[in-house]
Amino acid sequence: MTDAGFVIAAYGVILGGLALYTVTLWRRLRAAASRDDEGR
Amino acid sequence: MKTRILGFVALAAVVSAAIVGLFVVPPDLNQGDAQRIMYPHVASAWLAYLSFGVTAVGGVLWLWRRDLRFDAVALSGAEIGVMFTAFAIWGGMMWGRPVWGVFWQWEDPRLTTTALLLALYVGYLLLRRLTEDPERRATRAAIVGLVAAIDIPIVHFSVEWWRGLHQTATIASPERALDPAAPMVFVGTLMGTLAAFSLAWLYLMIRRYELARAELAREEEARRGRLRAVQAAAANLRSQEEAAR
Repeated sequence: MTDAGFVIAAYGVILGGLALYTVTLWRRLRAAASRDDEGR
Repeated sequence: MKTRILGFVALAAVVSAAIVGLFVVPPDLNQGDAQRIMYPHVASAWLAYLSFGVTAVGGVLWLWRRDLRFDAVALSGAEIGVMFTAFAIWGGMMWGRPVWGVFWQWEDPRLTTTALLLALYVGYLLLRRLTEDPERRATRAAIVGLVAAIDIPIVHFSVEWWRGLHQTATIASPERALDPAAPMVFVGTLMGTLAAFSLAWLYLMIRRYELARAELAREEEARRGRLRAVQAAAANLRSQEEAAR
């Protein structure tokens, strides 16, 4: 693999991981909020 | 609303930092393009330290004040710290292969102590799942979080204390921050990436804390529900006994 390949792999996983974690967090928060609504 | 604005600002900052790191800053004279990995790698490592520091402080405050909001802060720091530690390790591996010739070397103290840091805080998160009692869980987690935090300075100073593949810190002291070993264009980009990632860190910490509070409230509601069910069953039993007499 070339240097560019390693750079893309590093940035791809880090930025992609940040985005994935953020989206997962939103979904978990939304699920928690909907459970609260059901509880009321 | 303010948190949402922070989220948009953080997104714009991280995208801008990535564009600068990938396309604007010149490649390093010796390492070429591989050196571009330094920006998210170092920023991730610093934020991992900060996250685990927050976990330790949250743990101390829980032990002192017995307020579960501090445990929620500690949990948020641990989960986000694990993510940033994984990013730092991954970035380091992708940088190490073209520069050192290997992805990983267990003899290197920085690499090994960082792997230990990741394992300790994954253990912290797993430990939290062992009990449903919020107070017992918070106390156990606080103790483990404090013990695990001992590894943070060991990771940081490992490059000074022992010999290994990993370079020593580029910016380790205020004097070197003003006169760093690396060119200013690289240091400026690193600082910009750190600022952008820090905004993302702050946004994620706020959101994770909100989730932890919501989970605590749900646990409390479930506990009260169980208590009400037990009280109703006991009352029912008493009335049956009285009817039998």
